[in-house]
Amino acid sequence: MKKLMLSTALVLTAGMALAESHSMTVRLGTEGAYPPFNFIDDNGEVAGYERVVGDEICKRANLTCEWVTNDWDSIIPNLVSGNYDVIIAGMSITDERDEVIDFTQNYFPPATSSYIAMSDDIDVKTAVVAAQTGTIQAGHVAESGATLVEFATPDETISALQNGEADAVFADTDYLKPFVDESNGDFMFVSDAVQLGGGIGLGVRESDTELKAKLDEAIASMKADGTLNKWLVEYFGEEAQTYE
Amino acid sequence: MFDFCADPKSLEGFQWLACYLTTGKHMLFYQSFVFVIVLMLITAPIALAVGFAGALASRSHIPPVRWLGVGYTSIVRGVPDIAFFLFMPLALDQGLEWVRHKVKCPDWTDAIRQGNDFVVCAEAKLPLSSSPQWVHEYYSIALGIAAFAFVFGAFAAFVMAGAMNAVPRAQMETAEAYGMTRRQATWRILVPQMWTYALPGLSNLWMILIKATPLLFLLGIEDVVFWARELGGRKTQAFDYPHPDWRLWYFLALLVFYLLLTKLSEIGFARLSRRLARGQATLAGMEGAKA
Repeated sequence: MKKLMLSTALVLTAGMALAESHSMTVRLGTEGAYPPFNFIDDNGEVAGYERVVGDEICKRANLTCEWVTNDWDSIIPNLVSGNYDVIIAGMSITDERDEVIDFTQNYFPPATSSYIAMSDDIDVKTAVVAAQTGTIQAGHVAESGATLVEFATPDETISALQNGEADAVFADTDYLKPFVDESNGDFMFVSDAVQLGGGIGLGVRESDTELKAKLDEAIASMKADGTLNKWLVEYFGEEAQTYE
Repeated sequence: MFDFCADPKSLEGFQWLACYLTTGKHMLFYQSFVFVIVLMLITAPIALAVGFAGALASRSHIPPVRWLGVGYTSIVRGVPDIAFFLFMPLALDQGLEWVRHKVKCPDWTDAIRQGNDFVVCAEAKLPLSSSPQWVHEYYSIALGIAAFAFVFGAFAAFVMAGAMNAVPRAQMETAEAYGMTRRQATWRILVPQMWTYALPGLSNLWMILIKATPLLFLLGIEDVVFWARELGGRKTQAFDYPHPDWRLWYFLALLVFYLLLTKLSEIGFARLSRRLARGQATLAGMEGAKA
């Protein structure tokens, strides 16, 4: 028993020493279901564009970062309640979200959203359109006059289209592109792409101003030296939008 | 896992499947089955203890204790499990942080609730934001277990209170005739005899507990449902093993797993109830004696 207590005490002090030696531990919350932005790879690790960007931001801001996955629909409430410190989940900067949390400057330029369907005669203004719950795309569909069906994960929207539950899917063009490319012509882009949101930024609690400043600085330096542009091309192809 | 898995995209047929089913992600999936079973084995005794205390409390002769016991069972039994399940961990977490905040940071002047944020000082955070990820994971699992124990404890309390009432009155009268105090009669006569009456109800609760474990998924814990959905979803070329939507097969595997688990439990409970009925003045006990 004494031995057990002693070893517990040792582990505790070692743990504390470890905690002190790190600058500051920041937990990055992501969805892990939105390739190529973020997804869980075959080893069970978070991967994708946001993984490399997030790791680099932490390195530059001198933070120790840990990755946490969380469902999309509770990703803002769980940030606010402190389950993690930063949202890095392909979240577009919008005024509505800005009232609840704060955003850093964007690390992904304002991009387009597109419709995909299984035949090209779909009228996206009247069709049944699938979108992920709580996204700017869902908001856009609701306003467009089409019938909106919402799903908890982006993957389910694609399945809904395949099953015929929906006539079209509306999501970020960069998310949809691989599905269109790999579908052997089953899926196709319909209607025009729509510009939505102010780019993708990191979400932080409104009370975390110090952390926000650090992250902003790191993102700015990555824009300045072209690191972000390199990865944008690597993950989203040659025609990806880049920073000037 | 295997040597030939080095280049997944060139594989075909059986080799592809063998590599696919042994990826790191699948290993996490298999682990989550063990996790579910371990979690139930931890939760069940806690819920049983809570239920036992609740049952004793609701039969107490001291009015406030009785009110507490009766209030607990009726409130929990009257509220949907899911609502309690979402409420409990959050309330417990914020409650604990609030207490720690009051103790550890008495000089803090800012409000704890700032608009949407629940802000306590850094030393009061649970777990500390500097803690490694596994601490956070175990903490949320512990909250989940507490929620399970709280909800299922109330049902167990009700079952056990009923079982205590089912013990023949003559048994207690005999105990009193022998000069036992109320306390002695409870522990020596009532409690040992009530189990045979409580078992059917408790085994039913265990089945419900097994089936309720996917609720963990709601708390963001990476359980079997999480991994089944994650693995089953359509995979593009961004992944090593692209495949179409296979959620049907993964959920089918879950179905088989849960059926097996409940079937095994049924067998276990049948044995236990035969054992507990032995020598009892009940129909089951008499049949056991004949055989």
